[in-house]
Amino acid sequence: MNSFEDQIVGLRDYLLKFARLQLRNDAWAEDAVSETVLAALAKPQSFGNRSQLKTWLVGILKHKVVDALRHHHREVSGQGSSEDDDSSTDPLEAIAFKANGHFVEQPAEWGNPEQQASSQQFFVILETCASKLPAAQGRLFLMREWLELSSEEICKELQLTPTNLYVQLHRARLRLRECLELNWFNTASART
Amino acid sequence: MTYPLRRTCKEVTALVVAREDRDLSLADRLALRIHMAICDACPKFEHQMLAMRKGLRAWRNDSGSDDAAKHK
Repeated sequence: MNSFEDQIVGLRDYLLKFARLQLRNDAWAEDAVSETVLAALAKPQSFGNRSQLKTWLVGILKHKVVDALRHHHREVSGQGSSEDDDSSTDPLEAIAFKANGHFVEQPAEWGNPEQQASSQQFFVILETCASKLPAAQGRLFLMREWLELSSEEICKELQLTPTNLYVQLHRARLRLRECLELNWFNTASART
Repeated sequence: MTYPLRRTCKEVTALVVAREDRDLSLADRLALRIHMAICDACPKFEHQMLAMRKGLRAWRNDSGSDDAAKHK
């Protein structure tokens, strides 16, 4: 049986994966994880199993990550940077529409990812797709989907206007949809 | 004659995506419902967004289940 300390240190890489995905900056991610580990070691508790310990650590990590996002709010939302050079293009252009606004091709039938046995594989693809989003879009998207912050909270923390936030989230969701369709749902339907 | 609740598939697609992050106006919600009732393609796109929502929820709630997988 590993000691509490060993178990926590053993989960460092697991925590780092989420911190990197959310912060998109290795130094910030390392700091957030180190602070999480230190905070956890400072208040040892007992856990029935590893999964409960993970959940507890992720909970602490989320607080540290929010602190980092708040601290770096200017860089986080990509304001004043030219990183997202697609701002002049129509985010819906990945989906073909006719001039009258109808779909050129019907959207594909997607299965239910949570009903598929290989949900761990789905999570890997989801994380890969999220990591391919432009950094600012990825951060905002994961603030919604991983940190579970409301749009209002994100605007407040990062001093963003709602319009700016919605545009970036919209683009992020469409990109993720496209990536999942290419890398998961196409192959998932081929498997069945 | 204009139809205030008429939306194209492209507009409906944008609303279905936007709905994940903000509340839609009453007019948009109504227009969405009307369009979905008469369109073949948009309900499929809506299903994709709902599948994505469920997939993201499962991923977010997943912490720890790689241990569960090992025990199978």
